[in-house]
Parts: sequence; structure tokens; C-alpha cells
Amino acid sequence: MSTLNHRILPGFRLSLSYTLTYLTILVLMPLAACFAKASTLTWGTFWGTVWSERALAAYMLTFGASFAAAVVDVALGLLIAWVLVRYEFPLKQLFDSIIDLPLALPTAVAGLVYSSLYVQKGWFGQFLVPMGIEGAYSRLAIVLVLTFIGLPLMVRTMQPVLATFDDETEEAAMCLGASRLKTFLYVILPTLYPAIVTGFALAFARALGEYGSVVFVSGNMPYRTEIAPVLIVARLEEFAYGEATAVAVVLLVSSFSMLVSINLLERWSKRYGS
Amino acid sequence: MAADVRAPGGSTKRQVTLQDPWLVRWGLILAAVGVVGVLVLVPVINVFYEALARGAGTYIQNLLSDPDTRHAILLTLTVAPVAVVLNVIFGVAAAWAIARYQFPGRTILITLIDLPFSVSPIVAGLMFVLLFGLQGYFGPWLRAHHLQIIFATPGLILATAFVTCPFVARELIPVLEAVGTEEEIGALSLGANGWQIFWRVTVPNIKWGLLYGVILCNARAMGEFGAVYVVSGHIAGKTDTMPLRVEKLFQEYNLPASFALASLLTSLALVTLLVKVGLERKMQGDAATARQNTSKASA
Repeated sequence: MSTLNHRILPGFRLSLSYTLTYLTILVLMPLAACFAKASTLTWGTFWGTVWSERALAAYMLTFGASFAAAVVDVALGLLIAWVLVRYEFPLKQLFDSIIDLPLALPTAVAGLVYSSLYVQKGWFGQFLVPMGIEGAYSRLAIVLVLTFIGLPLMVRTMQPVLATFDDETEEAAMCLGASRLKTFLYVILPTLYPAIVTGFALAFARALGEYGSVVFVSGNMPYRTEIAPVLIVARLEEFAYGEATAVAVVLLVSSFSMLVSINLLERWSKRYGS
Repeated sequence: MAADVRAPGGSTKRQVTLQDPWLVRWGLILAAVGVVGVLVLVPVINVFYEALARGAGTYIQNLLSDPDTRHAILLTLTVAPVAVVLNVIFGVAAAWAIARYQFPGRTILITLIDLPFSVSPIVAGLMFVLLFGLQGYFGPWLRAHHLQIIFATPGLILATAFVTCPFVARELIPVLEAVGTEEEIGALSLGANGWQIFWRVTVPNIKWGLLYGVILCNARAMGEFGAVYVVSGHIAGKTDTMPLRVEKLFQEYNLPASFALASLLTSLALVTLLVKVGLERKMQGDAATARQNTSKASA
């Protein structure tokens, strides 16, 4: 391996010490401040804030909406990745590059435009609202915009795995008499499980922390459409730093466990793939 | 070899026996295009439609006549480049350390670099308020020295740098690993010093990957909302960046102005995508030539 050159090249100390200093100032110190602040709260205050009815409603909504959006992303991502890898059609290059737009588009813009599309006078709202589907200022709105945010993560995780799937396995399934649908369900889909789980975890983790787009579309009503990051901001604006930090610690711990599980999943799928 | 059996002209042209029926194929293609149309394309068109709905004159007026909006554009153009430069220096240093050496704790370091991606932007902003805010750990010291970080430009830069910190490093680590160390060791054996190796050998080899990371980092830096929202204090004409100004105009029910500013940010996203596609082609081309060269050398 190229990295096993026993530090012949110069710059090890300089680059490593710069990296560590930068990370300490920008990442570790702020994180430590957050946990230090939370530890100054008494156990009762901490528990009271973290387990209050309003906070519980906010977690439920954050986790529920993120979960729902990630599930929808799995289905849509599989469809899009399949079409991109397997078929030829006009303007495919353009289609392929548009998929990444949610990664490049500022979340505030996404929120703004989603809120205007699904209100009663909006392009989609004029058809959906009379049918009783409220795609703005509702829980559905949160799921919609989180689906938008997570979609490219899902597609880009599945696309390379689908692309490496070889024809011979499919041919073998066919020779043994399996129908196309059966081949897909029992031969192709199982090889995609690791990618699906990784993509799901990525989309879910991204949705958990999302703020910019949700704040536009949700209406931010306590107990009903208030997600956990919005609750933190509400506490901050009351200058209740301790309470805000307590909720932040809950979010931090859950996103760290997501990060760890994503890493484990990637390691698992690498082993699974080879 | 399997490649010989396939029809020429790309891997997507499959053998007839494995081709899905016409109806399934086009049904799925239409469904996928429909999904992307509804979720991605129509929203983008809607931004420009709403921004230009009252004519180009009003559009330009919305953007330029409001001093607070003008200031927001300028502020974003100050904060984002500073954050990007900070993260480029960090990204290069981190990628060099990780891709060129083995050391204990290397895996932990990689995880640490990725960490900001999994921290909610709101929590990121909160952490800086806890450190540098008036009641924060460094608050009294900063006030005694008449320094302000929170509710001022330095806070915006810090929050933006935190959120975009992984981009450049993440892009560069695989690129540096793929390039390998032969040329650098060659330069070393010919007597080049560290900086000469870096500027004349490493940088030319990784320039497209570096640019790719910069583009992605910049797009996120200009569009960052949550972290900046917390540390800015929303002082119009002072600490409002473009995305924050979009939100404020939205809250004031000034939708045309809000969409006008949003259309600028959307154009930025579209340009980012365009450059990204171009760079991806360049990098693929480079990888292909590199493969050809090695196969020639081995043959």
C-alpha cells in the first residue's frame, strides 16, 4: 500500500499538528463546551427539559418524519438508480446531474419554494388542497421536504452497487427458469440490501438535523409541527441556554450513534460486497 | 472477457435476453422522470417563475434597491470565501497526513473530520454561542478585550467553517491515495524539498479533486442556514447573510423579494452542478489516461 512508506515524505508533523489544532479549535472545543454546559444542569432540570411533553413531541416528530422520509427515499432512490444504470433514454445526462441539486441548493431556498408550491394557491396545492392533502404547514410538509433533501444520498449510494452487478448472475437465474420479477426480488434485490441500509442511514441522519428547509414549511407549532432543532432555537430566543443545551445533547448523542452505525454498516457492506 | 460479449457502446446496452420488456422499461423511466420532475425540477422552475412574475424591472429592483438585501449579498460574498479558504488549508493538511502516513489514531481522525456532517447545524451554532456568547465560557474575556464574535462576522465565519469543514478533506483523501507516492518520492530522491514537492508534484496531480472539493464546500458555505441563524442574531444590514435575508423577507410576507434573492442562490446551485459535472468528466479522463499509462508501462 502507498501509505506504508515509513514516513519518507516530509511534512508529517506539520500537517498532522495543523490538522489537530484546527479540529480542536473548530470541532472539539465547541463540542466540549456543549457537554460542559449540559453537565452544569442538575439531573432534575436536565431530565425535566429533555423529557418534557413538548420536547417528547418534538423528538417524536423529528424521528418520525425523518424515518418516513428515508423510507420514501429508499423506494424513489431505488427506482431512479435502476433507471439510470439499466436504461438509455434522451437527456439522460441532464437527468443524472439534476439528481444532485438537493445537495447544492441552499436549504432555505428549498423550504421557501416547497412552502409556496403546496399552499392553496400554489402550483401543486391548487389540486392537492381541495383533495384534503395539506402539503404545506403540516407534518406531511416536513416529510416532503426531508424526502427532497435525502434523495440524492440514496440514489448515489445505490447507483454504483447496481452498476457492478454482472449479467452472468442474472442469466443463470433466467436459465434456471426464474421470471424477471423473481430474478429482481430474489437475486438482484438481496445484493442491494447493504447499499439500501447505508443510504437509508445517510438520509435519516441528514434529516434528523435539518433545520433550514423545515422552518419554512412546517409552521412550527409547539406539540404539532415543531421539530427538535426548532425547539432549541425557541429556547435560545428565551435565553434559556441550559434548556437549549439539554435538548442539543439529546440530538448530538443520537446523531453520533447514527455516525457510528453508518461506519459499521459501510465496513459490513464492504465485507459483504467482496 | 465479459466485456467482449456485450454490445459495443456503453454498459447500459444489454443483451437482448436481459433487456426488460418495452412497457416495463418506459413505465419505469417515466416514473423516475416524474418523481425527479415533481421533487426537484418543478421547484427550481418555480423559484425563477415567482422571482420574475412581476417583470424583470421589479426583479432587479427587489435585488438592488433594498440596502439590507445588498448588504446580505456582500456579507455572504465575504463569509463564504473566508470559510472556504480556511477549510482548503485544513483539507490539504488533513488529507496529506491521512493519505501519506500510517499513525495510531488515524481512523479516529477520519471519523472526527466527518463529525460536523452529523451534527445538526442548529446544535453547531449553539455550541459557538456557548463558547463565545456573552454568557459563554470566553464571553467575559472577549468583552474585556472589546472583541465580538457572536452576532458579528467572525461568528458567521466560524459557524460556516464548522459546517463545511469535512468537504475538501473528504474529496482529497481518496484522490491523494489514488495518485500514489511514486512521483513524490521520485522528486524527493532528486533533491526537492517539501514545499517544492508539494507545489510542483502534488498540487498539479490533485488540482481537479481540490477544485471539486472547493466547489462543493463553497455551495454549502453560501447556502448555510441553521448554524448561521443561531450565531447571527438576525441584525438586518449587519449580520444577515443571503439565506437569512430570504427567511426574513418571507416572514415579512415580501414574497417577490424573497424569491428574487432565492433565485440568486438557485443560480449558484445550478452553476455548482454544471462545474461539478465538468470536473467529474475531467477527473474520469485523468483516471483513464493514468490507467492507460500504467497498462502501457506493464506491457
